[in-house]
Order: sequence, then structure tokens, then C-alpha cells
Amino acid sequence: MDRVPLERKVLSENDRIAAELRARFREHGVLCLNIISSPGSGKTSLLERTLEALPPGDRVAVLTGDIQTENDANRLKRFHFPVKQITTGGTCHLDARMIERHLADWPLENLDLLLIENVGNLVCPSSYDLGEAAKIVVLSVTEGEDKPLKYPSIFFKSDLLVLSKIDLLPYVPFDIEEAAENARKVHPGMEIVKVSCLHRNGLHDWMMWLAERRTAYKPLVQQTAS
Amino acid sequence: MHEMGIANSVLEAVRTEMGLHPGTYPCKVGVRLGEMAAIDQDALRFCFEAIIHETDLEKLELAIEVCPRRHRCQLCGREFMVRDYDSRCPQCASLDTTCISGDELELAYLEVEEYGSSTVGAKSS
Repeated sequence: MDRVPLERKVLSENDRIAAELRARFREHGVLCLNIISSPGSGKTSLLERTLEALPPGDRVAVLTGDIQTENDANRLKRFHFPVKQITTGGTCHLDARMIERHLADWPLENLDLLLIENVGNLVCPSSYDLGEAAKIVVLSVTEGEDKPLKYPSIFFKSDLLVLSKIDLLPYVPFDIEEAAENARKVHPGMEIVKVSCLHRNGLHDWMMWLAERRTAYKPLVQQTAS
Repeated sequence: MHEMGIANSVLEAVRTEMGLHPGTYPCKVGVRLGEMAAIDQDALRFCFEAIIHETDLEKLELAIEVCPRRHRCQLCGREFMVRDYDSRCPQCASLDTTCISGDELELAYLEVEEYGSSTVGAKSS
């Protein structure tokens, strides 16, 4: 009996493609963000408010993932930025190859920001690197403040928590401070913004976070280029 | 539920590796799962058994090692296991600690046996 060391990631093929994507994003100065949540937490609404607030002609594009339908892409196309739907046909997450394939005819040199809306699922997307610079997790106040403890992986791996639907706080037993505390137990120092896409509250904090990330990404690009 | 995809990736890796070891067959594949990796052990085993069933790799055993979440203190350098999400350093109480393991989804090893050896499970193909 011989034991052969393997010592590599199980998803090494996905990780290889993700690393190539990350290098291409870096080369072209495209900040890529991977937005993850349960179904119905408000990822698409957050993107609608985001695209609405960005200046026309801003170098932004969106890839939006779902198991079926073009509904989300149709909602997002109204804002006149490039939007493409990825329908996975059953798969519960996006993987790096899907991103690579859907970017094939999009010249990255025309972009500064690529927003990826993952398939609604709080578990599986956390295992698949898409080449993003950061993951963002959206949690709505109707879901329960213990979700970070029940689904720690995605909160652990995300840079930002967007607490959404805060307009519903008067009607649901959701302790927003406890939710924040739980998220920071899993991920100490996690950044948190609170938004209502319906009433357009708190969006300034989100847009500031986004703007800061975009600014911070640029010097790195120049360093690599020099 | 993405354990089927994970199981498939493990099996693909085994088949690729076996190309490097002619005259042998695989007995056991070792996988490391971090407790933060969002993989359900039982579901992974179930999927793995389902995809090897009635194939040439039917007797391949899946060994899972679960890796707890460990942090290192940036202040005093102490390494410790994180329990109940408490990532405070047990030595100096600093909150400035970084994760050093617990996120694994890795192939650790493959055990292979030469054809014709006495071990049960050897196949004539």
C-alpha cells in the first residue's frame, strides 16, 4: 500500500479559472464584486438602486445568475448598462467557468466595475471562487438575526454585510444589533451597511462603500502596470 | 446542496492521479474539510458512494478529516482553536486575530495498491 500526497484544492479546476479571471480583472482595472444571499433577500433591488444612482456612461456591467428565467436581467437592463443573465439550468451556484464564458464577448477594457449577482443561496456559492475582489452578503430583516451563526461560511468570507429591507423593522421581530453582533462573531471587523431599497434609505452608506472600493482598487492596478 | 459537484471533483482528481501510477488501483482518498467550508460530510459521502456505485472504483473509500477553525493572534502570536465563534486570543485577550485554518476543501492523499497483491478489493481488470 502506497500513500501518494495530493495536497491540492478539491475545486482546483474552478480555482484555476478564477485565478485567470482575477488576473484579467486586475490587468484591466475591473473591480469585480460577487453578491450572495438567500433567494428574495433583495440582491436585484440593491442592484437596481445602485445602477439608478450611477452616472450614465459609468463603466459598469452586471452578470446576474438564476436557475431559470431572464427576469432579473430584464429588470436591470432598464438602466442602460450592459447586463447579462446567466441561467444555470438547475445548478445552485455560479462557478468560474460560467463567468468566463459569459464575459467572452464583453471587452474588459470598457469596464471599471463588474457586479455579479449570484444564484439565491446562502450555502453553495461560498465554495466557488469567481475571481472577485470581494464577496458581499445580503441579509434581509425578515430572515432571522441568527443566520450568520447558522450559515457561517458566507459571512466569514464576505467583506461586507448589507442588511436589507430595514423599512420592515417595525413589523418583524428582528434585532438588528444582534444580527450585526452575530455577523461580527463569525467575521470580526466585518463592515455592515443597513439599507431599504424600497424607501431608498441607507443607500448612501452602500454607495460610499462601493466608491471607496473602486478608488482603492485603482492604485493596485497602476502598480501592477508599472 | 453542491456536494454532488464536490464528489465529482474528488473522483476526477483520483482518476487523473491514477494515470501517474500504472499497475495500481486506488483504495482510499483522503479529503480535508474545514468546519467553515459549508460542506455537509454525510451528503458528500452519500454523493460519493452514489457516483462510484457499480463502477471500477466501487471499493474506493472516502476518508474525511474535519479541520476546526484556528486563529493566530497578531499581537502575541498564540495559535488557538475558535470555539463558539469566540475569536478572542485566550492568552492576551486581543481581538486582532487572523484565521489560519478551518476553510479547507482539499485533497490530502490517495492510497494505491498494486494489482495482484493480497489485499481484498484487488480487481483483475
